[in-house]
Amino acid sequence: MTAVLDNAPARLRVGAPARFRHLLAAEWIKLWSLRSTYWVLGAGALTVIGINANSAASNADRLAHQQLPSEPPPGASVRPELLFDPLHTAFVDPAWQLLMVIAATVGGIAVFGEYTSGLIRTTFTAVPDRQAVIAAKVTVVSAVMLTLGTLVSGTSFGVTQMLLREYGGLSLGDPGALRAVIAAALLAPLCALVGMAVGAVIRHAAGSIVAVIALLLLVPALFRGERYRWVKEIGNAMPLSAWERLVMNPERARDLGKYPLTITEAWIVYGAWATAAMAIAVLVVRRRDV
Amino acid sequence: MIEATELTKRYGRTTAVDRLSFTVRPGVVTGFLGPNGAGKTTTLRMVLGLNQPTGGTVTVDGQPFGDRPRGLRHVGALLNADDVHGGRTAHAHLTMLAVSNGLPRRRVSEVLAEVGMADAAGRRIDGFSLGMKQRLGIAATLLGDPPVLLFDEPLNGLDPEGVRWARGFFKQLADEGRTVLVSSHLMREMEQTAEELIVIGRGRLIAAQSLRAFAARSTQLRVSVRTPDTELLAALVTGEGATVRPEDDGSYTVTGLPAERIGELAFTHRVRLHELSPQRASLEEAFMELTQESVEYSAGAAR
Repeated sequence: MTAVLDNAPARLRVGAPARFRHLLAAEWIKLWSLRSTYWVLGAGALTVIGINANSAASNADRLAHQQLPSEPPPGASVRPELLFDPLHTAFVDPAWQLLMVIAATVGGIAVFGEYTSGLIRTTFTAVPDRQAVIAAKVTVVSAVMLTLGTLVSGTSFGVTQMLLREYGGLSLGDPGALRAVIAAALLAPLCALVGMAVGAVIRHAAGSIVAVIALLLLVPALFRGERYRWVKEIGNAMPLSAWERLVMNPERARDLGKYPLTITEAWIVYGAWATAAMAIAVLVVRRRDV
Repeated sequence: MIEATELTKRYGRTTAVDRLSFTVRPGVVTGFLGPNGAGKTTTLRMVLGLNQPTGGTVTVDGQPFGDRPRGLRHVGALLNADDVHGGRTAHAHLTMLAVSNGLPRRRVSEVLAEVGMADAAGRRIDGFSLGMKQRLGIAATLLGDPPVLLFDEPLNGLDPEGVRWARGFFKQLADEGRTVLVSSHLMREMEQTAEELIVIGRGRLIAAQSLRAFAARSTQLRVSVRTPDTELLAALVTGEGATVRPEDDGSYTVTGLPAERIGELAFTHRVRLHELSPQRASLEEAFMELTQESVEYSAGAAR
């Protein structure tokens, strides 16, 4: 048999050892050779920044026309405390939930898109080391989403606080501001990872999308009740809850309710979800038939 | 070289591939034949490590293919021309494959030219006909210049010119010393392509031999005869247990006697023969005969 192989043609004599960076480059090409990537990421980023900026602008407008009572009401302090929270305008819930959906969808598509198109068989025939393929995909998609998240978070913070500069707009040095920007920047790669894990498990388009949205948005909304501690704890363990805690202005974090999430716990939630999602995505492709 | 030993795949209670053993040698085109649902694609997927066998083993050049970190330099495989993402251009599709295996990017334009697709490089795969997708798939198999090539029904969707080209191409690859396995459910596609045959039905091996030997397996022995002494000859051969059927062109087809015996009978009884020619058994018939019992989905009664 060796003799036969020696006689086999070798027009291509370039020795190419298996390197992980080759897989990274391939995943990079995969991502950016689809038009939908540009559309989804571009439109998504602009929408989220737009919602945040609009919220800041309308708040600035409202504050500008606000009539402050000339005299404090009887029994109150000298000046009424300004209840307006400038940090919150950069992190408007619906806008960031939209970013979560976009990130999870992009991550999910990167995985289940290969299954639904059948490309996965071509991919795994070219690279039989399946786990390396998924590890490369996870790395590239996470890096791209981290860049997107940083861009959206940084811009949202910068633009909103600039619009609110006369009404207590914050800078990154203010307490909690940097933490909020970082937590928001990390939300996109975190949700993309969850999307990839769900896509790898379910491997169907509609099923994956429904499952990941239910997991990321519906579960935290359902488990907010404080009557039973376990209900609240499940809610606390969700990425959305952790994000809400991390972007909260520490100056305003007074009424956190029963069983509140601490900052440390919130970071642990982030880390645990990211680690679990990566592990699931890489492990689940190992032996299943494709 | 591909070696399968007792390869088995079960899905629940269905056995798709049943203790299949065969060897595919380099240097010749081997046809992988079987009716629809015979287990050809499942077998090829197990060769490529895409599906895990329930039992048995299969190696490519002495090693399970799935154990190799990168595949393109060892095996080029076209399972299904639709196993691509339609949103990418042909060039992007091949580039990402080449790059994943650390192959030089120039290979992309080289293989596209080799399959006659250089002009379509920048077009999105969505707009390709099935024939063009087949060519793209064939181009992808060539990227790593591999010693082993697998093609699952590669002639589907190709126009007559494309079929002729593909046949010549498979032969050329085999002549270069590569192992070439081409599957099909149509014997006539293989007749002019393959030298060796592996025939399966219902997941079981029916035959693994040369095309020539396979053709000889046909039990139907037919001889075409022309004679002015029709009645005499008919009486003689039917007396020996053969049947005679008149053909439209005035000749007669004798079934059940070899040409030598008919010649002897004619000589002994002074029957004048204008033609005595054994009919090469049609491969299609041999194939149908052998796979008849194993057809998964047959239309109505056995024909």
